[in-house]
Amino acid sequence: MLRQDDGFAGRGDDAFALLIRGHEGLSDAESAALNARLVLILAHEVGDLAVLDAAVALARRSLRPEPLAPGESP
Amino acid sequence: MRRVRAVVGADTPVSLEWSSVYSFRCARLDRFVHGRVVFVGDSAHVVSPFGARGGNGGVQDADNLCWKLALVLKGEAPAALMGTYNEERGHGADENILQSSRTTAFMTPKTAAERLLRDGVLALAGEAPFARTLLNAGRLSRPCSLAGLSLQTPDEGAGGLAGGLAAGTACLDAPVADAAGRPAWLLDRLGGTGFTLLVFAGSEPPSLPDLSGLRTLVVGAVPLSVADAECLTDSEGLAARRYGAAPGTTYLIRPDAHVAARFAAPDEAAIAAALARATGRAGAPVREAA
Repeated sequence: MLRQDDGFAGRGDDAFALLIRGHEGLSDAESAALNARLVLILAHEVGDLAVLDAAVALARRSLRPEPLAPGESP
Repeated sequence: MRRVRAVVGADTPVSLEWSSVYSFRCARLDRFVHGRVVFVGDSAHVVSPFGARGGNGGVQDADNLCWKLALVLKGEAPAALMGTYNEERGHGADENILQSSRTTAFMTPKTAAERLLRDGVLALAGEAPFARTLLNAGRLSRPCSLAGLSLQTPDEGAGGLAGGLAAGTACLDAPVADAAGRPAWLLDRLGGTGFTLLVFAGSEPPSLPDLSGLRTLVVGAVPLSVADAECLTDSEGLAARRYGAAPGTTYLIRPDAHVAARFAAPDEAAIAAALARATGRAGAPVREAA
């Protein structure tokens, strides 16, 4: 459902830098608010609810805590 | 030590002998040419070590500088040609500093927002291919394009030259055969001490312009023999494909093996004008970098 090709057409680093620049000079609370607005805008650009559903599921799966290193205590 | 343990395992005997803080910075001189003093390599610009950009940048500086210096010292180009070293390698240094700064930012985020985005990429990378392309542990140095800078003749008017190598691009290699039929590499025949005219041909010898002193290389689909030119055979068509070439397609190659200009056909006046421009003799103003 989610695209597996390079949606950034080779310009992923530029896209990432653009997102980082969007947060310049913002407080943590403002950054969080910006992220929420960005999600809404981009979700609307995507439009397809099945794609959004898959994206939400992927994002939630990725929140699983990292496995601990051997010998490491939580 | 926790990270070392994670790699070697809890049971492996290990002790820490030495550790230190490793620091670097990205910086460059505003201008690389100050009168008769020219700055090259780390004296002109420093970058973080990610991507092998320091050493490669220094070698590219030398490649760019030496032929210009030689032309000026021999009186074959005006001293103003040195300004294009500053223009072209300043552009290269900016590119290296940009890439290297992005890698540094990815590894050591400076704000909470940067860290959230970076950690998001890391968390998604296992499952999402797009996130893997965003993992930035260093982007390996690639040949720097000089497209759009003063010495290059823009492709406009080069009718029908889609694909291939735009003016300013570093030349690509391809396997060819020399006049005696021995295997050879195209890149070994390009660049060096002077400019090279690279003319692609089909199965007929091309009619070449009379440009005395300009080394000419003909790459044919079949073995050809052309007076005053070295002929190579591109029997697999790889060179023609990589250069987007049809019979007649002509490239003017700089001594540092970057494309100075390209043409749909070897037109004498156009080549002479491009050569004058590429050697700083055309009176085209050098764009000041930085």
